[in-house]
Amino acid sequence: MRRRLLGMFVAAAGLLAASAPAAAHHGAATFATGEEVTLKGVVTEWIWANPHCFLKFEVKDAAGAVKQWAVETQNPVAMASRGWSFRSFKAGDIVTVKLEPVKNGSPVGRILSVVLPSGDTLFAVGGPAGSAQ
Amino acid sequence: MAKSLVACAMGLVALLACASSGAAQTWNSPGLSTPAFKAMPPGAPAPRRDLTGIWDAGTAGIGGAAQEGEREAARAPFTPLGAQLVQRNKPGNGPRAGTVAEINDPLSTLGDPTGFPRLVNFELRPVQIVQTPNQVLMLYMFEKRWRVIWTDGRALPKDPDPRWYGYSVGRWEGDDTLVVETIGLDERTWVDNSGDPHSSALRVEERYRRVDQTTLELTVVIDDPQVYTKPWMSRNRLQLRLMPPTTDLMEMIPSASEAQAYRQFISSQTK
Repeated sequence: MRRRLLGMFVAAAGLLAASAPAAAHHGAATFATGEEVTLKGVVTEWIWANPHCFLKFEVKDAAGAVKQWAVETQNPVAMASRGWSFRSFKAGDIVTVKLEPVKNGSPVGRILSVVLPSGDTLFAVGGPAGSAQ
Repeated sequence: MAKSLVACAMGLVALLACASSGAAQTWNSPGLSTPAFKAMPPGAPAPRRDLTGIWDAGTAGIGGAAQEGEREAARAPFTPLGAQLVQRNKPGNGPRAGTVAEINDPLSTLGDPTGFPRLVNFELRPVQIVQTPNQVLMLYMFEKRWRVIWTDGRALPKDPDPRWYGYSVGRWEGDDTLVVETIGLDERTWVDNSGDPHSSALRVEERYRRVDQTTLELTVVIDDPQVYTKPWMSRNRLQLRLMPPTTDLMEMIPSASEAQAYRQFISSQTK
C-alpha cells in the first residue's frame, strides 16, 4: 500500500517535472548534469535577481574547512509562481540544499530543492510548480 | 486503496490550484499560469478598434526552449552576410547555444535593452495596451519598457537614426486588426534569444487581431533582405488572453548590476 502510494507520488512528480519551464537565459548543457548532491549549510546571501536568482551558502566539511557555494534558480517571476520570494532566505538560515553541481567541480550549480529551517521544502525543479516562467 | 487514490488526486488538484493562484493576486502578479491561461473562456464579440487592456500569452509568449523547434522551422535561411553576422553571437538558447560561460547575449550578460523586435519574440510577458486619440502605447512588464505606435496617419521617417525600439506607425485594417510597421532598429540587438542577427534595413510588421473580447492574436513578420533570404514569421497567430484590469504586475527588469553579479558568482565559475 505504502509502496503504491509512493509510486503514485513519483509518477505525479514526474508529470509536473515534465511540464516544468526550461531555462530562458541559458540551455541545460552547463547545469543539468544529472548529478545530485545534498548539502547542509548556512545562508550568507539570497540574491533575488535577473536573469537568475541565486543562493550563497557556506558548508563546513568533516575537517572544519568551509566552502562557499553559489547555486542558481530561475528568475524571480518564475520562482514567485513556485511560491518563492524575496524573503525566502535570510543570512544565518540553516538549510539543506539539493542541487546539481556544474561539471568543472566548482562549488556552483542549480538548486533542485531546499529544506528551510521551518522544515518546509521549496522546489526549484519539478514539485508543485506553476507554469509562468 | 480507493480512498487513498482520491486523497492523492485531491492533493494534486490542490497543488495545481495553488500554483495557478498567482493570476488572482492583488499585487505582484507574475502573469497567467498555464492552467489559468487554458481555463479562460471565449469572450464576447470584440469591441471596435480597441485593444485596450492587459494581455498575456502565457508560456508561449516567453519563448523558452519549448518553442525552439517552431522558431527554427520558421526562420528564413541567412544571406551570406547573415551567415557571417550570426557567428558573432553566442546565445544561451537555440541550435547555436553555448555554455553559460560562453554566452555573450547583450541582454542577459550586460543588461542592454532587449530591443525590438526581440521584445515581442522573447520574454513577451504581460503587456498593457493603452490607446490615446493619436497613439497606441504598449507597456511591457518585461523591462518595464514602453513603445509608442503613432496612429495619426503619419508616414515612417526616411532614413532615421537607429533606436533600440525603432519608429512605429499603426493603421487599422477593418475593425479588429491593428497593423504596425517598424523601422530604424539598432543593429546591436538580437531578433530573438537564439542570437539571430539583423541589419539596419530590418522592417517589422506586427498584426494584432482582436478575435473576441478576451483574445488577441499576434503575428510578426521579419523582413531584412540583407540578413535573411526572404521575409519570415517569428510569431504566427500567437494567442494572448485578457487579464483582469485590476492586475498589478511584477517588475522584471534585467539590470546591469544584477547581470554583473551573476557573471561574478555563477557564470564565470563554470568555465
